[in-house]
Amino acid sequence: MPTETRKEVYKTMVRTSVMDDIFYLAQRQGRISFYMTCSGEEASVVASAAALNQSDEVFAQYREQGLFLWRGFGLDEVANQCCSTTKDPGKGRQMPVHYGSKELHVHTISSPLGTQLPHAVGAAYHMKLKEEKRIAACYFGEGASSEGDFHAALNFASTLQCPVLFLCRNNGYAISTPTEEQYHGDGVLSRGQGYGIDALRVDGNDAIAVYAAVSDARSKCLSTQSPVLLELVTYRSGHHSTSDDSTRYRDPDELQSVGHQLSAIDRFRAYLYDRKLWTDQEDREFRDHVRAECLHALEAAERERKPPVTGMMSDVYETVPKHLHEQQYAALHQMGVDDL
Amino acid sequence: MLGKKRRRKLSSVPEAVTATKRMNLCAAVNDALRITLKKDDSSIVFGEDVAFGGVFRCTSELREQFGRNRVFNTPLSEQGIVGFAIGYAAMNCTAVAEIQFADYIYPAFDQIVNEAAKYRYRSGGMFNVGGLTIRAPCGAVGHGGHYHSQSPEAYFCHTPGLKVVMPRDPIRAKGLLLSSIRDPNPVIFFEPKILYRSVVAEVPVEDYTIPLETAEVVRPGKDVTLIGWGAQVNVLMETAQLAEAKGVSCEVIDLVSLLPWDAETVVESVKRTGKAIVSHEAPITNGFGAEVAATIQEHCFYNLEAPVRRICGFDTPFPLVHEKYYLPNKWRCVEAVFDLVAA
Ligand SMILES: Cc1ncc(C[n+]2csc(CCOP(=O)(O)OP(=O)(O)O)c2C)c(N)n1
Ligand SMILES: [Mg+2]
Repeated sequence: MPTETRKEVYKTMVRTSVMDDIFYLAQRQGRISFYMTCSGEEASVVASAAALNQSDEVFAQYREQGLFLWRGFGLDEVANQCCSTTKDPGKGRQMPVHYGSKELHVHTISSPLGTQLPHAVGAAYHMKLKEEKRIAACYFGEGASSEGDFHAALNFASTLQCPVLFLCRNNGYAISTPTEEQYHGDGVLSRGQGYGIDALRVDGNDAIAVYAAVSDARSKCLSTQSPVLLELVTYRSGHHSTSDDSTRYRDPDELQSVGHQLSAIDRFRAYLYDRKLWTDQEDREFRDHVRAECLHALEAAERERKPPVTGMMSDVYETVPKHLHEQQYAALHQMGVDDL
Repeated sequence: MLGKKRRRKLSSVPEAVTATKRMNLCAAVNDALRITLKKDDSSIVFGEDVAFGGVFRCTSELREQFGRNRVFNTPLSEQGIVGFAIGYAAMNCTAVAEIQFADYIYPAFDQIVNEAAKYRYRSGGMFNVGGLTIRAPCGAVGHGGHYHSQSPEAYFCHTPGLKVVMPRDPIRAKGLLLSSIRDPNPVIFFEPKILYRSVVAEVPVEDYTIPLETAEVVRPGKDVTLIGWGAQVNVLMETAQLAEAKGVSCEVIDLVSLLPWDAETVVESVKRTGKAIVSHEAPITNGFGAEVAATIQEHCFYNLEAPVRRICGFDTPFPLVHEKYYLPNKWRCVEAVFDLVAA
């Protein structure tokens, strides 16, 4: 990883983590309705994002906010999406953390698990036909790898030889379900082999290793016009979401020992300190700066207006059909807006 | 059969109730599952995150009591959950499968519609999956958006061979779930998740069942018939109260079962009132309300004094910020009531 990239990757990891802390707390304070942190998985997400090309088409699950930040998604955009304001490009239609950005080549997050996997394969097929020098990158959890769509996607990618990079964030849990109850055998990795896809397991908490593996895999996808599967072994050190209380099913000792020992951010910071690429003071200042930026973005989003009720009917189809026009009238009438 | 006069008792809950316990709907579901596991050796309860009690806590402490072979987590695959449940039920056993959210039932659609629903028919009655029950939380919660709020009952009501049931409170939830589990047909049991904690009732502690396929007149009235199911029944009860304040008497019917459904009770009521409103959260077009309205039209045409109205969700994905404008709330319903009586 080039030296400058190291610093940038680290900073985006920290930025992701500080942002998560603030938005998590904001949910606890009732300022937003829901949130999911990426705690523990910052290296898997950010270092992989850094190794991709900015124009690679991304299909993600929901815990990849670090990739959005890496590509330049602003904290204001995060806040506007989480607060469902008029400034949310998604028009306030989805629950928090379901970001998307056409400009940044990241398709809008969808809650149903696994559905994005075959989409990525279809997109990659297009790139192959057009001989575009880019790939589709698809993130998903090890839980999602049990869905039928995962298997269909791998099989399609393999038989149709599509330049798609499957990035499995294996963080040990799918809500309360540990990996031992998710699969037996040699992890998600072995599925790749079964479908005739090159696969590699990587220490997902080692930013340098993730970066190296993703860079190689990406080159391979491009040069051979075929899929690659990476299993990034990491650890979900937070709750599944703000609707979850992981103490009900996870031993706090496990969190202490595994979670903290493996902390991707701590490891990468130690590495940067050793090489004198980053100092304690820089670290503190940077965190303070991000915190201020986040709080500012959140406060601004809270003052922002909500999308108009007419937004309920748009984008269902390309143009609003007659029956929806009529229903829109009924909705406005209910709001007491009789004057159309 | 339709149109034959008969009086229905207002409630189907056992009358000689000995002991009751305060339960919310979640606890009532849990109680029904506990009774099933206790009394039916063949019964198993499973799904995503079921072992630790489920994301809504409906299966809490069942694993501790009945062991890991009978209460367990499955891998994250709805088609797997239902397919597996079908195979288990086909061995004359009781399978109670949980789909974590009704919004995520679609990967299992093929297993439900082509397999569970037709297992008996295609084998000439040799095989069946009557022991299968699929539980799924459904409906609006205030902040769920389009993937945590859906009411997909109409898709399944279009499938001969299935039964579809939705309770409106903890008492019905327990009795209807026990009926669904024991019914010799595959049943989809939708649980309005807004009610899990918001509605508490004195629920009989004994084992009891409530008949499926029987609608319930929840509130008698003479001017307008209001028809709903699940959480919407509570909205219709509030509507009836608002209407009463203005001197309009509404009869409220909880359909309870949607497939097969009790047209007789509805028809009998509408013949008396001459006016009907059917209401559900799901989008209006091709919602189950269309079926109810068509049946009323067919059997009550000469008694109708106004067109049958449907007050439903709009034909859009379920919204997030605009949920309150999307929902067929009591204001929209009562406005329709006044429209009808003015007609
Ligand atoms: C089809 C479908 N089924 C169930 C769910 C509910 N659900 C949301 S996240 C989740 C666990 C996902 O685990 P994993 O894929 O490992 O991702 P992680 O949360 O660990 O990042 C479940 C079961 C869903 N969103 N979609
Ligand atoms: Mg996981």
